[in-house]
Amino acid sequence: MNWTRRDLLKGLGGLPILGAVWWAGAAKTVGQRKERSEILETLDIQPSLPNTFQGIGGTPIRVGIIGFGIRGEQLCRALGFATKDWIKSMELEVQENPSNKVLEDFYNQERLNVHMAGVCDIFDFRANKALESFASVDNTIRRYADYSEMIQSGEIDAVVIATPDHWHAPMAIEALNHGVHVYVEKPMTHNVQETYDLRDAALNSDAVFAVGHQHRQTLSFKTAEDIIKKGTLGHISLIQTSTNRNDDNGAWNYEILNHANENNINWEQFLGNAPKVPFNANHFFRWRKWWAYGSGLSGDLLTHDYDRLNCVLNMGIPASVMASGGVYTHNDGRNVPDVLQVNMEFPDFYLGSSQRDKKERGMTFCYSATLGNSFNRPTLLMGHDASMELGNRLTIWPDQASSKYKTLLDTGKMNPRIPIYQYDPAINHPDAVSSATSQYFADKGLMWTYVNGKRVDSTFLHMREWLDTIKNGGKVSCGIKEGFEEAISAHMAGISYKLGKKIEWDANKQALEPIEGVDFDEVLLSNEPPRNAFIEVA
Amino acid sequence: MKDKKSSKTYTVIVLRVLIGWHFLYEGIVKLYNPEWTAYGYLASAQGPFKPVFNLMLADSVVSMVDAMNMAALIFVGVTLLLGVFERAGALVGIGLLALYYLAHPPFPGLAQINVEGNYWFVNKNLIEMVACMVLLQFPTGHVFGIQALTKYPQIKKKLS
Repeated sequence: MNWTRRDLLKGLGGLPILGAVWWAGAAKTVGQRKERSEILETLDIQPSLPNTFQGIGGTPIRVGIIGFGIRGEQLCRALGFATKDWIKSMELEVQENPSNKVLEDFYNQERLNVHMAGVCDIFDFRANKALESFASVDNTIRRYADYSEMIQSGEIDAVVIATPDHWHAPMAIEALNHGVHVYVEKPMTHNVQETYDLRDAALNSDAVFAVGHQHRQTLSFKTAEDIIKKGTLGHISLIQTSTNRNDDNGAWNYEILNHANENNINWEQFLGNAPKVPFNANHFFRWRKWWAYGSGLSGDLLTHDYDRLNCVLNMGIPASVMASGGVYTHNDGRNVPDVLQVNMEFPDFYLGSSQRDKKERGMTFCYSATLGNSFNRPTLLMGHDASMELGNRLTIWPDQASSKYKTLLDTGKMNPRIPIYQYDPAINHPDAVSSATSQYFADKGLMWTYVNGKRVDSTFLHMREWLDTIKNGGKVSCGIKEGFEEAISAHMAGISYKLGKKIEWDANKQALEPIEGVDFDEVLLSNEPPRNAFIEVA
Repeated sequence: MKDKKSSKTYTVIVLRVLIGWHFLYEGIVKLYNPEWTAYGYLASAQGPFKPVFNLMLADSVVSMVDAMNMAALIFVGVTLLLGVFERAGALVGIGLLALYYLAHPPFPGLAQINVEGNYWFVNKNLIEMVACMVLLQFPTGHVFGIQALTKYPQIKKKLS
């Protein structure tokens, strides 16, 4: 039979449609990929790889934990020691939600060469919990009556300090003076004078000193450092950071245990250098709410955001700080603010300019916090050429008026609404995060990071780095220099809030600009309401 | 054979070409983008079959699922557009759409993720699936498609 043209048309008419669809799909996809790789080549960003560790060999490091509360327990887990209660409660959570990987992650965590040799807690219940959970054939553990006894016992090589803020410096200084290594929670100190004293102690000691800003281990932050060094964002003039929490836990209203009383809590020791008040369980469990023991939003949470940026930008102590706020969401007797805005000025901040006349210089770091709303405001670094959202994920959007990307923007290869770079080490690993506060920390990259696609607790990495430095030498990523900058900046914010005044830093003198008639530390620690008592109105 | 060229037949042909077009384009976009994966789609699956879809998340399984999904999409696209083995194509299409429907069923009480309209039990996946059933029952390749060439013995021989 011979072919007719009509039959061919009917028989093969689908072929040109197939060809057209195929071509359109291929052209679109290949074109997009080409544009993308062109942008990526322009940016030349190298995602950071985790540090390599030599391994912590030899005799185990004898660690003592001082303060076995919420954070103390977390730090012990990072060292490989979990309480029986925690394991039990996690097993229940896994039963309810099989995608909760917290327990599995804990069991898979690399074993550190640690002997958990001592605990020091002024609450019998907590000290006993540590003894019951950690004592084993392989691990002998002893309770010490107070931190001095522990430090001077000669049985402890390194201490982890997770007490209320007003105890951080006295304990750390004593340990350093005795050659005992220190890992102290943030903020490093409770007032300005202590910050100098602790710096002196650390510089004069052979012991390794580390501040607990674990996010310095987060790979996305290391990648962000590379991004900024390469001038991807252009001149950064504004940084926006924030705290947004709206639950009891986030507002530091932790559980008060009914069985806690003066007989099982050493109240005198809790108070230390704080004003003498009768036993108060509210103060004991929720100490973050009073200036006498804690540091409020400026010391507790601003320090996270400040150090996250200081680790990326190395911007140091601000030339001046202005803060304002109040107790607006939790009028429950607390005297630290629950709404706080802090502006830190860095007039000399300069990392290069993409503009011809190089007219840019200076930057404001803005911290905005509320404990009465949990809408997620991301951390934003706003540059002339691009904006970057910084967290566990990184996202960069080009700016429509960028000088650097003008050609790419004009030719439509870049679009201000479409990110030019995204770094998400967790892309294939959806996480189960149990509480609102955990989610708050996870979003900020404060809880964990990803190594080879595997979720790793960043606190674990931070403590491993500290132990590694103790054994093998080297430098910790958050040592006394970083801790000093963090503490002074936080205290400037606290003092400014209290005084309603701008607080200035003299970098040459390494001192706060004095204000006549004002003792900054007295102001900072005072339980008086802000502004009223401190300055006589002329 | 009289209704062979009726407007009904042509309507079904148009339907077949459009569905083939849709499937082929989806398959080709995935073919040329080696980074594409169904991981997010499977991980966010909802409804009664959520555990089944979550089982496909293991690294070795998900890459196989990706490859099979892409191959199946292209197979449906090519068969429907060319009008050859169109019943097999329609059948595979029904299977794929049923999976898509069950992974993210528009049931009340379930959050609708990445959905541009409002649906209650019935969504576009379900409708396209039923459209494939129509194609399964009304083959038109003998009117428009390679099947039409089977009156030539040499083609018939090759296709049978």
